[in-house]
Amino acid sequence: MPWTRDQLAERASKELQDGYYVNLGIGIPTLVANHIPEGMTVTFQSENGMLGMGAFPYEEEVDPDLINAGKQTITELDETSYFSSSDSFAMIRGGHINLTILGAMEVAENGDIANWMIPGKLVKGMGGAMDLVAGVKRVVVVMEHANKHGESKVLKACTLPLTGTRVVNLIITNLGVFEVKPDGSGLVLIELAPEVTLEEIAAHTEAAYDVKLKP
Amino acid sequence: MPTPTSPKVFPDAMSALEGLMFDGMTVMSGGFGLCGIPENLIAALRDSGTTGLTVISNNAGVDGFGLGQLLTRRQIAKMISSYVGENKEFERQYLAGELELEFNPQGTLAERIRAGGAGIPGFYTATGVGTIVADGKELKDFNGRQYVLETGLVADLSIIKAWKGDSRGNLVFRKTARNFNPMMATAGKVCVAEVEEIVPVGSLDPDSIHTPGIYVDRIVQAISEKRIEQRTVRVRETV
Repeated sequence: MPWTRDQLAERASKELQDGYYVNLGIGIPTLVANHIPEGMTVTFQSENGMLGMGAFPYEEEVDPDLINAGKQTITELDETSYFSSSDSFAMIRGGHINLTILGAMEVAENGDIANWMIPGKLVKGMGGAMDLVAGVKRVVVVMEHANKHGESKVLKACTLPLTGTRVVNLIITNLGVFEVKPDGSGLVLIELAPEVTLEEIAAHTEAAYDVKLKP
Repeated sequence: MPTPTSPKVFPDAMSALEGLMFDGMTVMSGGFGLCGIPENLIAALRDSGTTGLTVISNNAGVDGFGLGQLLTRRQIAKMISSYVGENKEFERQYLAGELELEFNPQGTLAERIRAGGAGIPGFYTATGVGTIVADGKELKDFNGRQYVLETGLVADLSIIKAWKGDSRGNLVFRKTARNFNPMMATAGKVCVAEVEEIVPVGSLDPDSIHTPGIYVDRIVQAISEKRIEQRTVRVRETV
């Protein structure tokens, strides 16, 4: 059984480590915050200018001056700090954020990622995605393995305009998990979703990959 | 009109912008989404009818609110932004070729404004290398990694929003409404700040001032609507 959205988020949460500062993208990555392992301290950064994001507010706590990068109302924690957008991206660009978990339209076997623009369709903008993939120490992509036409999103080379080149470290799809080799020479399949077979992965993956399944 | 004792303080948004606006000018406008936008100054800019504007702002407001109002009245010729998702009129004008648009990565946009205000004409960043953002721009190697040259941004006018300010222009922002406002204060030839409350000089803790008054030329107290784009709440579990 391929992983569901929530199971994908749960799998991605295994990439968290105690003491990490983490930036989560919009969509499935946001759900990772629901799966922080017990006893672990993880601090979430919101690139509009906040470190230490809390949960969504109760109705009476809603504050228009307190939103996340998805423009959703949120709450603060005791440890929270606020800062300007330039300070926020100094944290990101300067390599101070340990991990970012992002969605993607396409990822290539050398670690290229495309997640902001489809030519011919209305382009909304890249927001902070290019800064995140260029600056954060570890970049994890969480996405469906194939697009809605059934075509592989794990490719030899991206076809869409790139967000960054050779920046992705780990790809988690609904079928399995791939490491990107640090030298950009290809992928390594390290995990399968329950009951997903190697044949299924092969049938749905354009990129070349080695298989070294972890027990 | 400024009061005799406080030359920076203006009674309303329109008078605070008087003499500063001209067709074809470049305006920086603070805020992230609808959070921390100078909504009264934007409305005054709308009412002024100034046109042909180049607007530097992370987002473009929503239909009928924030910068969306300037779009509706066709006052904007060009936007420099990182994300413009929530605006149908923007979409229409852009697809019809009536509006020029320059996308910057959000961190590059923030740093271009910071640099502009700090007298730095350009800087190198790894953001956007190998993407269309770097097309036509100078690349340079530092310690084996490629970086792209980005330029500092300045504007004829910056309009920003703060929480509290004093008559000398010292400002304090509130929570995530700070965002682009402090950098924009430094990068406009003239900066006009809209605040929720003008407080007596001396009542702000000098150690807690976010934007020193030197950057702020004019200040106006105004009531904000503070519209919320994505109201997300959780429901209290009942036992």
